[in-house]
This record gives sequence, C-alpha cells and structure tokens, in this order.
Amino acid sequence: MLSSEYRVVVGPEGYLAPAAASMGIVLPEPGEGLIEGVIVPEREAMHKIAEKLLTAKNPTFFPGPLVLWAWNDKAIAKAQAVKALAEAVGAHIIPMPDYRPKYPMINPQIEINPNHPNLTIWHNDIDVCVFVGVHCHYANLALKIIRGGTDCYTIALCGEFGHEDAMITLRDVNTAKLCTLLEVIEEAKIEVGVR
Amino acid sequence: MKKGITTISPAFEDIMPEEYRQLVAEGPFGKDLGLGDLGTFKELIEEHPLCAGCGLALGIRLIIASLPAPENTIVVGTTGCSAILFPQLAMHNIHSLFGNQSAIATGLSRALRLRYPDQPKDVVVIAGDGGIGDIGFSFTMQAWFRNEKFTTIMLDNEGYSNTGGQESGMTRQGIALNMAPTGKKYPKLPMVELAKTAGCAYVAAVNPSLARRLGKMVRRAVLVAREIGSTYIQVMVPCPTNYKFSPSETLKQAKALNPQPIEYISAEAEQLLKEAEK
Repeated sequence: MLSSEYRVVVGPEGYLAPAAASMGIVLPEPGEGLIEGVIVPEREAMHKIAEKLLTAKNPTFFPGPLVLWAWNDKAIAKAQAVKALAEAVGAHIIPMPDYRPKYPMINPQIEINPNHPNLTIWHNDIDVCVFVGVHCHYANLALKIIRGGTDCYTIALCGEFGHEDAMITLRDVNTAKLCTLLEVIEEAKIEVGVR
Repeated sequence: MKKGITTISPAFEDIMPEEYRQLVAEGPFGKDLGLGDLGTFKELIEEHPLCAGCGLALGIRLIIASLPAPENTIVVGTTGCSAILFPQLAMHNIHSLFGNQSAIATGLSRALRLRYPDQPKDVVVIAGDGGIGDIGFSFTMQAWFRNEKFTTIMLDNEGYSNTGGQESGMTRQGIALNMAPTGKKYPKLPMVELAKTAGCAYVAAVNPSLARRLGKMVRRAVLVAREIGSTYIQVMVPCPTNYKFSPSETLKQAKALNPQPIEYISAEAEQLLKEAEK
C-alpha cells in the first residue's frame, strides 16, 4: 500500500500494526485535528468525536497520570473537565494511574496498562475509547496495540501535538478546549435527541 | 517532586484502584519512615518476578524501605536482575543503558540541584555487580573522582545471573559458573577499597541479614551524598539459581560471605552525621 493511501481505522490490523507516522500520516497544525489520518479543522474533529461517543455501545475514558494525579491546579481543573465529558456521554472511566507493568497480572476490570491495553478492551467489550492525560510515548504504544489487536475506535485528546496513531485526535487540549468539546457534545445530543 | 504527585485528583478519587488509594493513604511518602516501620505502611515494592530465594529481591526491599525521602528520590538502575524488578517500583526510577547509570545519575543530580535549589532531591544508583564493577566501572569511578552527589548501591550477587551465569569482576577466584565452567582466574574486585581511594565520603559493605544495619547505612549514605559527595554501599545478595544452593539458605550464604559489615566515614561526613543523628 502506498503510504499516502494509509488510513488509521479500526483493527484488528495485525500483530505488528505500523506506526501511522511511518505510513505518511502527519500531525495536525494548531486549530486542526485528525480523523482517521486525514487533517481536518478542529471543529470537524470535535463533531466526529461527539458522534462516535454518542453512538457507542460502551464508550470508555482512559485518563492517565497527567490528570489522575493532582500535580497542580491546572491538572485538577482538567480532571474535572474530563469527568464532566465522560458523564455527558455516559462513558465508563477506567484509569491508567502509572505505567508499571502489573505482576503477576492486571485486573482489566478496574485499570488499563499501556503495555497490554487490549486486555482491558477485550475484558470490558469497549467499542470506543478516549485517551486523555497519558504521556505521549505510552499513548502511542497503547494506541498501536489497540489498533493491532482489537476493533475498538480510539480517540486521543492530547495536551501536546496530537496522536497520529489514534483514529481521531485533537491537539493542545486544555481545560478550555475540553469545555468546548463538551458544548459540541451537548449540541449533538440535542440534534440526535439524546437526553 | 511536588506533593501533588502523591495526591489523587479530586474528580477521580472514586475510580482510582484500591492499590493506589492505599499508596496515598498508607504509603511512606512524606512520613519519614524507615526499616523499623516495616509492616506498618504500604511498601513501594510488593511483587516481583525474581527467582525464589533471590537475595537481591530482599536487598532491594530493605533498601527502598530505608530511603529517607522516597517522594524526593529517583532510583537509577541498569541492566541485570534488578532491572526486572524495578518496573514494579512505585517511585520514580530510570533504567539506563547497561553500565551507563552513573552518567545518568550525574546529569540528573546536577539538573535537580539547579531546578530545585531549596528542595533536596536524592539520586540513588542501584545496580548489580556487572553494571557497576564491570560494564559501568569507568562511569562509576569517574563519578566518584568528580565527587558527584549521589549514592551508588551495588547488589553484589557475584555474577551475571539472568543471562545464564557468567563470571563478573565481583565473582570470587576459583568459582565456576554455568557459563564460566573453567573457574574464575583472578580475584574479586576490591570495590570497597576502590571507593575509598576514589574519594567517596561514605563507604559500606553489608549483607541483608543485618537489616537494621543496612537500613542505617542506606540512610547515612543518602544523607552524606545529599550534602557532601559520592557514597557507596555494597550489599551481598547471593544468587541461589546460579550458585546452586537452596533458596531457603540465601541469608546463611550472605552471612558467610560478608560476616562483618564494613563502614568507612570521612571526617566531614562524620561531622554531618553527628548533627543529623542527634
């Protein structure tokens, strides 16, 4: 496949899914987002996120250490916004408190680990997931594993430059942007008649 | 580290797994606990994939429980048996390239002093005899010559144990291992003496059967490194898998190999510890 034809879509893609960047997918510029590897205006990506979350059977948020721990006032406020977002779409929340591999095994019902995120997704039958507050290198690792081994749709709300390995990503996500996304979701709920 | 990193965001208190809530409520962060408090707090290492009876596992458990300020400590490890355990550790730890740990610790220690001039940050290298005495020997010695302000703790199991049993510089003369069947041809490296000669302000050797002594040594070494300069502790942690003794005999072996603890304290360090231990 030509790299220009590659799209970041639901898997399972295979044991070793390629890094999307190696297939020609580039990160969005400020004000933009990515939908399945294609750069779009940020607002369009937000609408797609709303659609995916509101039509999912079991949407689940995976908050990472950057919002789970009270590093500073910004992290605390962002955590509140993430929780409000999850509640607005009726999503479950399964935390990724740190990146330690779990020995002898993880309890996939209550937590997710970047080294084997597929276990949590399989166990809980998650069809759409949202990564937020996960350090970039671990998010990329987990997103690739999920794309490689599951049919879960991945969304990454990134505080930095976005994640090309997610099916939808926003960049520069702070509390204000999470509030905007919440507004988009509330509007979408009215449009589709979801209470 | 800010206190906030051991506090759960209020929004997520209800979904945090029990293990993490326990770490926050019952862990050692900010409580000035030590070895004598073992059993009364949630430890930072509770599970590990090392062999049954591994002396190194016990050694690390005791060392971690002895750190004076775990919330302000970064452990730097390197390749070896300990590297299999460290990912389970519930505190900051860095895995370096094999033997590179003293170089990493040097940069880290210097950067932390610049970034947090008012908050002591302890850097503790914990690595095996191969990582410190062989592959990282040059980095270790150079860091000591420069009197870098971090502690080096060698977990001495006298060989390369997780690669089938090759001899290391710390293997005793005459010992034959699985991958070194003709026996060691030269004596064990005199790392304690080398540390002293290189200028370490605090040097000790101990085995984990003397747990309280080991705990005190770790505390002293970290405090001296924080204020004065390089410190070194050598902990005898025999390997039942490669030395082929029963896992139940690890402490017996450790006592036999290192019956008397060694402690060298420079005059400057002695003065500091006198004040600190008042």
